[in-house]
Amino acid sequence: MRKAFIRTLVELAEQDPRILLLTGDLGYTVVEPFSEKFPDRFFNVGVAEQNMVGLATGLAEAGFIPFVYSIVTFATLRPYEFIRNGPIHHRFPVRIVGVGGGFEYGQNGITHYGLEDVGVMRSQPGITVIAPADHEQMRTALLATWDLPGPIYFRLGKDDKTTVSGLGGRFQLGRAQLIGEGTDLLIITMGGIASEAVIAAKFLATQGVTCIVMVIASLNPAPVDDLAEILARFKLALTVEAHYVVGGVGSLVSEVVADQGLPCRVVRCGVKTIVNGISGSQDYLYRTHGLSSDLLAMTALKALSEIDHRWMEGRTTECQIK
Amino acid sequence: MHSEPIIHPEDKKISAYKIRRVVLDQSKRAHVGHIGSALSIAEIITALYANVLRIPDPDDPDRDRFILSKGHAALALYAALYLKGWLTYEQLNTYCADGSLLGTHPERALRGVDFSTGSLGHGLSFGGGAALAARLKKSLRRVFVLVSDAECNEGSLWEAVMFAAHHNLSNLIAIVDQNGQQAFGYTKQVLNLSPLTERWRAFGWNVYEVDGHNVEKITATITTLNTTFGPPNVLIAHTIFGKGVSYMENQIKWHYWPMSDEEYHQALKEIGAIP
Repeated sequence: MRKAFIRTLVELAEQDPRILLLTGDLGYTVVEPFSEKFPDRFFNVGVAEQNMVGLATGLAEAGFIPFVYSIVTFATLRPYEFIRNGPIHHRFPVRIVGVGGGFEYGQNGITHYGLEDVGVMRSQPGITVIAPADHEQMRTALLATWDLPGPIYFRLGKDDKTTVSGLGGRFQLGRAQLIGEGTDLLIITMGGIASEAVIAAKFLATQGVTCIVMVIASLNPAPVDDLAEILARFKLALTVEAHYVVGGVGSLVSEVVADQGLPCRVVRCGVKTIVNGISGSQDYLYRTHGLSSDLLAMTALKALSEIDHRWMEGRTTECQIK
Repeated sequence: MHSEPIIHPEDKKISAYKIRRVVLDQSKRAHVGHIGSALSIAEIITALYANVLRIPDPDDPDRDRFILSKGHAALALYAALYLKGWLTYEQLNTYCADGSLLGTHPERALRGVDFSTGSLGHGLSFGGGAALAARLKKSLRRVFVLVSDAECNEGSLWEAVMFAAHHNLSNLIAIVDQNGQQAFGYTKQVLNLSPLTERWRAFGWNVYEVDGHNVEKITATITTLNTTFGPPNVLIAHTIFGKGVSYMENQIKWHYWPMSDEEYHQALKEIGAIP
């Protein structure tokens, strides 16, 4: 997703000289297509993310559209107050680009896990928050939003190969995208883990459970109307995110259910707590936190059975999808 | 008490006296503090707005930029904006009123304020970006950032200091209001900044020490700066917290307290507003 992002950014920068790229000394072998093509519009500001966002604020005041690039945690959490008091408060078109949502930097440990970025960013009115599910959707989203007024946070994945089956790169600001048809279960997801959700849905179909997978890449503005409309049709919604269960897509869905008074149970699959000191691959961490496609399917079946006992009759209690 | 303008509308030539007069009058009217910090920069603000800043109009995109990074001294800035004619007396009199754009920290929504500030450690980064923007646009405009000495506690300030030096942002001029005072006492007791001049110099800036209460010397120092080539420039302005009002000078309580009627009367006498 990150390489496709830079490729698309180069295309945009060819058309619009206002675009600048700043990095906090990250993106080796990723940002070079931009830095080599536009050496005068690229700044490695060093390991200094607060200053990077402050600089971008000053640049945007003069009419530039600065993109600032780092790993999710360093792009959002370290300079959070600068983002709040800078581009958000001033309504300047700074683009915060965070790479590695969720557990993509798995072996690097907790300092590198992007688990609350969407929560803290979408709690701020006035910043667009976009978390694409794959590189195709990322490209569509960037092309649709790069010159919006006001700041944007882009939460990118590292994966430039996987595509979410059925998504086809669709994106619309303030809207959600649906994959598949079904009446039994609604799965709502954001970010790269959408591919796990789609695999889970396919397995559930083999068990006679029909699902719709809703992908939300536009977290702010949130697709409230889309959510309200579809949640009204389901008794059970499963939210899936590589993010803490507080603040992300599970929270968003719960807010809509509560605000609209909908009779839909929401089961939030996400990260509830982190075991101190334990790291591992993204796949390992997905399994640890119940976010692998097989465990998501099990959670779905269990939740369905709690609503209606017939769901578990004659069904396996162990899922072996992969 | 202040239904009439305290300064004759035809006599708006900026002076440190007038800045102080507005600071005292508005602080008293609004019954708020931060007086000592605003008095500390009266001459710096005067030098900038009377002699240095090239601002034909606050909306001119090629104007010099000014960032009051020590935003809690906003009243001194409002006084300058009023004396420049960019703020009416009626607007000035809304200082700290409900629904006013003139809070104790400056907001960009107010004409004449380039960047909102209030959280220390932001302004020099904003200024670095503004200076870089000027260079990218091949503009000769300059960016002035007024920081407090206690603000130099903030790590982010030194990130900005390093960036500006690395990129030779000669059009960036920082002014440190070195009054030696911070919220809990003297800077040398809270978190020692000494030797501040040497620290800025070691980070690659051209450093100039000036008497922060001498408008002519501040002006003359800035006039000699090379703002088109070489390192960024910083003035370490030696100031006195609460300058001009004897009972406020170097007294930390005037970071917080409003004046009583007697204190206000005494202050006006000391700055020469009344006999």
